[in-house]
Amino acid sequence: MHRRPLVFSSLLLAIALLSPSLGSSASSDTPEETSWINGLRAKFIGDKAIEEGNDVIELSAPYRAEDPALVPLQITSRIPQTPERFIRKITLVIDNNPVPFGASFEFTPDSGKADIAMRVRVNSYSYVRAIAETNDGKLHMAKAFVKASGGCSAPIGGDLEAAMARLGKMKFKMEGEHLTPQQPNLTQLLISHPNITGLQMNQISRMVQPAHYVEEVKVSFNEKPVLTAQTDIAISADPNFRFYFVPPGPGELKAEIRDNLGGRYSTTQTLTP
Amino acid sequence: MPRPALFASLLLLAANPCLGRATIDLQPIATGVFVHQGVHQLPDHHNRGEIANIGFIEGRRCVAVIDSGGSPEQGRALRDGIRALTRTPICYVINTHVHPDHIYGNRAFREPGVRFVGHYKLGAAMAARAAFYSEKADRDLGVALTAEDFVLPDIEVNGELELDLGERHLKLVAQATAHTDNDLTVYDETTQTLWLADLLFMEHLPVIDGSLNGWLKVLDRVRKIPARRVVPGHGPVAAFWPADAAPEIRYLSELRTELRAAIKQGRTIEQAVASVGRSERSRWALFDEFHPRNVATAYAELEWEED
Repeated sequence: MHRRPLVFSSLLLAIALLSPSLGSSASSDTPEETSWINGLRAKFIGDKAIEEGNDVIELSAPYRAEDPALVPLQITSRIPQTPERFIRKITLVIDNNPVPFGASFEFTPDSGKADIAMRVRVNSYSYVRAIAETNDGKLHMAKAFVKASGGCSAPIGGDLEAAMARLGKMKFKMEGEHLTPQQPNLTQLLISHPNITGLQMNQISRMVQPAHYVEEVKVSFNEKPVLTAQTDIAISADPNFRFYFVPPGPGELKAEIRDNLGGRYSTTQTLTP
Repeated sequence: MPRPALFASLLLLAANPCLGRATIDLQPIATGVFVHQGVHQLPDHHNRGEIANIGFIEGRRCVAVIDSGGSPEQGRALRDGIRALTRTPICYVINTHVHPDHIYGNRAFREPGVRFVGHYKLGAAMAARAAFYSEKADRDLGVALTAEDFVLPDIEVNGELELDLGERHLKLVAQATAHTDNDLTVYDETTQTLWLADLLFMEHLPVIDGSLNGWLKVLDRVRKIPARRVVPGHGPVAAFWPADAAPEIRYLSELRTELRAAIKQGRTIEQAVASVGRSERSRWALFDEFHPRNVATAYAELEWEED
């Protein structure tokens, strides 16, 4: 009874990783990493050593994105979060975006598993990188190449009016009906926010729709932080994060967000085993 | 009095393919209603974005153009094609929505006496998309556009509007968000022709750029209109109503049913893209090109539905 949710979630993960649309960038033509070498590396990690590979984290992204404004990314950790060894922070960088910094996520041992999935905007063919920092200060990087263009300048599609009316609405979606104490539980946080990039130009008025996006996301369980994120315009409209947390017992899952215009929103959900 | 006749035949000559001018094939589908049929292709350098059904309706006093074409050149060809068929002046250019294959011919019609008509959200959509669309036109079509090519509506429809073409009335309805957030339908009372444009796709896979729920709602409403024929935005020049909407309604409904189930089961957007709606694949042109994106777009909409 105790083990089943874990088995189930790792099965789901395995399916997600094997799914063809999620194949990472492995391909014969390896594109250049010009932007990374000429500046981004120095900006994001300075002269620190970095280990490349999939031993600590893995990054899955579609090689060719269906919608450049809605590119699903899955970062999967290869080590469990224990007080002795855990991933402290993951930084997401999209090399060729107008703002290469995508987001950074801080985890704790209470996160259970430092996995994070989200949807991003990719503005031109680009490497996407996840840089993990473990609690010993070491850096590990996984990368994937994504073919997409126009994700940041793409006009706000669908129905902006409806999106604005819903702004700030949030909800959690738990994977199962009940909480499983002492185990990593998978949850999804949905945030209704247009996340306007400030790069969407109105050609006729020559006006740019001012940027309006979520800057910070804090998730806690019974007041103890499980995930803290700094986010930027690369995060798609209606930000959506999937991640784990380990509840000691029943309690309250809480999300608080803040956007660049000072808007603050929060939601809570009471969870029982 | 020989002059007008001579004038008209000169124009006919101008539209003659043997003279190397771009021409357009306009088919009569009812008295005074002409439609040019598009092709089921992605817009590219070869077709230059000229892929949608476009045309015009003629009254005693005025012609109303309905969608101007997918390139400035097609707009000129449509204008010349209309002039070759009638001497009734063009008074209105109706844009059924913001997509490039329906508006890029606008500039050819810009002259005194011609008024542009669109949904009240069309202007904002054109303005927001112009920069992005111009870049795309340059890359995908090899067509250089300027701000001049994006002609905004002079008459904005919010609710309903009747256009009098002279012994012929067109009823225009600004629809709620469906295919896009600026869909406008045109109903010709004289021949009971309902011009749905991209609210109806036939053969060509429907493309969602507005709201899946909204589109099904609008279809439910317009299917009650007692039209004798309908003009789809992509597909034949005319079709039976509402019978020929069945495949589109089936596709959209199945997509919704399967997506709701997938979301309920906690499947991710990636998993949904790989699995939802696949049984429709053999029934549509351009399925692989548009279906995955439809799933992603609709998933992002439906995950906000209350459980």
